[in-house]
Amino acid sequence: MSWANAAVQGVLLGGLFALFATGLSLSFGVMRFVNLAHGDLAILAAYLAVSTTAALNVNPFVSLLVVVPVMAAGGYVLQRFVFDRTIGPDPLPAILVTFGLGVVIQNALLEHYSADSRGLDAGAIEDRSIRLTDGIAVGWLPLLTLVTAVAVLIGLQVMLSRTRAGRAFRATADDPDTARLMGIDDRGVHSRVMAISFATVALAGVFLGIRGTFGPAEGTAVLLFGFEAVVIGGLGSLWGTLVGGIILGLAQALGNQVDVRYDLLSGVLFGHLLFLVVLAFRPQGLFGQRGRT
Amino acid sequence: MSDAARIRRSSRESTVGLVVAAGLVVALVTLPIWDPERTLQTPLVVVLIYLSLAQMWNLLAGFAGLISIGQQMFVGIGVYSLLTLAEDRGIDPYLSVALAGLVAAVLSIPVALFAFRLKGGYFAIGTWVIAEVVRLLVLESDSLAGGDVRSLTRASLGGYSRDARDDITYWLAVGLAVGATAIVVLVLRSRLGLGLRAVRDDEGGARGVGVDVTRTRLVVWVIAAFWTGATGAVILLNSPSARADSAFSVLRWTALVIFIAVIGGVGSTTGPILGVLVYWFIDEQLAEADTWRFIILGTVAAAMAVVAPKGIYGLIQRWRPVQFFPVRRRLVIPEEPS
Repeated sequence: MSWANAAVQGVLLGGLFALFATGLSLSFGVMRFVNLAHGDLAILAAYLAVSTTAALNVNPFVSLLVVVPVMAAGGYVLQRFVFDRTIGPDPLPAILVTFGLGVVIQNALLEHYSADSRGLDAGAIEDRSIRLTDGIAVGWLPLLTLVTAVAVLIGLQVMLSRTRAGRAFRATADDPDTARLMGIDDRGVHSRVMAISFATVALAGVFLGIRGTFGPAEGTAVLLFGFEAVVIGGLGSLWGTLVGGIILGLAQALGNQVDVRYDLLSGVLFGHLLFLVVLAFRPQGLFGQRGRT
Repeated sequence: MSDAARIRRSSRESTVGLVVAAGLVVALVTLPIWDPERTLQTPLVVVLIYLSLAQMWNLLAGFAGLISIGQQMFVGIGVYSLLTLAEDRGIDPYLSVALAGLVAAVLSIPVALFAFRLKGGYFAIGTWVIAEVVRLLVLESDSLAGGDVRSLTRASLGGYSRDARDDITYWLAVGLAVGATAIVVLVLRSRLGLGLRAVRDDEGGARGVGVDVTRTRLVVWVIAAFWTGATGAVILLNSPSARADSAFSVLRWTALVIFIAVIGGVGSTTGPILGVLVYWFIDEQLAEADTWRFIILGTVAAAMAVVAPKGIYGLIQRWRPVQFFPVRRRLVIPEEPS
């Protein structure tokens, strides 16, 4: 029974991983940009929510109304004035800038908030759950996280396929030079994509903070899990990202059922190993096309 | 008279550069004689270790297009190899330094099997994941006892006195730093280096003229793993206790190293030397505030990557093009008789 329960919890955990991955997937898909600060930005958003809830005395879910727009604006400005200058055939400058930014964010959080673990208290929703059978219960919060992830992905999909802005995103992704010739402001597209990417990772960070405790160094795990979900699902496929997140969540939850020396680490290790297996046998991911890595 | 065009790699500055470099090496090697109080020797060990790591990261990222954020894996493998060989098996600790490099080199091959499937930024995160896997495996391993603090005990350090050990560790650090620089110069002067730069400039074109891209990259990857692993072993000799989290620290053994290389100049042999001097200077100003060291160096490096991607060395080049190491090939065409 505990295995079945672990599987259910794993699927739900996958919703959080899909939220980690959405922004990475989108910015790579549209502009081949890999943001190594992605995970640290999630943790930054969680800390912003800590300060917002304390200052305004509101529920963390209400703090999203402040945190998400602030982060999105930050993403827009950073892309416009910093990241865009590093986009080119050589991937090194973009990697250096975002990696440096991540390290700076992590250490600035450590300096400002100390190394103590923090948490976001969302009240009763954290404890409520729906009992399916004797051994299996679905928590409201993990369920809400998964539903949010799916809603974000549906929203993005609709935006990409139905709206004018989405068409500009796809055109820039397929062929930036021609898109520019057709009058698309590709720099504007880049900034908007990064704003969306920051908004989704802010959402992910706040959900992570409500789910459990976090510290300044946790950004690495967010980046690596998000990246693994993207690669497992297949680069450039939004639905692949969701499936990749769920598979990773399953691997971690089921891995935790295996008894090894350090219980907390084994699930993470199993997730990493699954990622390596996918990389070895299906490097284009489950839903990716060949030649797009 | 043979008036054929020739390829020259040395220049007047590079001859001067080699003489200066030789003088520096002699000064470094003889330092324990004229610095008996170790005022310079003790901080230099760390600086030289960072120079060794930065040269190797630069060889990968600046010349082979392999931007790794997983080099801490080879440092950690070096640390735990030394513990296993010297502490558990009783092999001479200084011989074990070389063996630790060998272990890292051997393990780097399966790592490449996975990581080389990814490119650019995804290669960077991929190497980071693999480094995490190795760290977790060490933590889980009972025989390595990765969860606990482990140290080299006096017994395993053999009959060497404390002073002798400090001097040997220092000389090993000198050897690693000078050796790393020499390796980069030699690789760049070789056929391998020519291939590397061809791949860096135009991968498809390089393939077209017969460069085996994967093999070229793999050779450089294994060389860097060997040297980084041996450096990891010397890191343990310098501070003889370790736990997995510090031995496999991405901040200490990769982030700082990247910042040093980027500030000095990626893609040049002189860059890491300039970068490590900047690191040394900043580190001397900060008493022990570890976080500020990362914040300052990270900010400077990120800013450099945007405004001066070739680092301090690139800025010097812009002002006056000089070449201290004889690695660049120039075509010398004799003048036409008029």
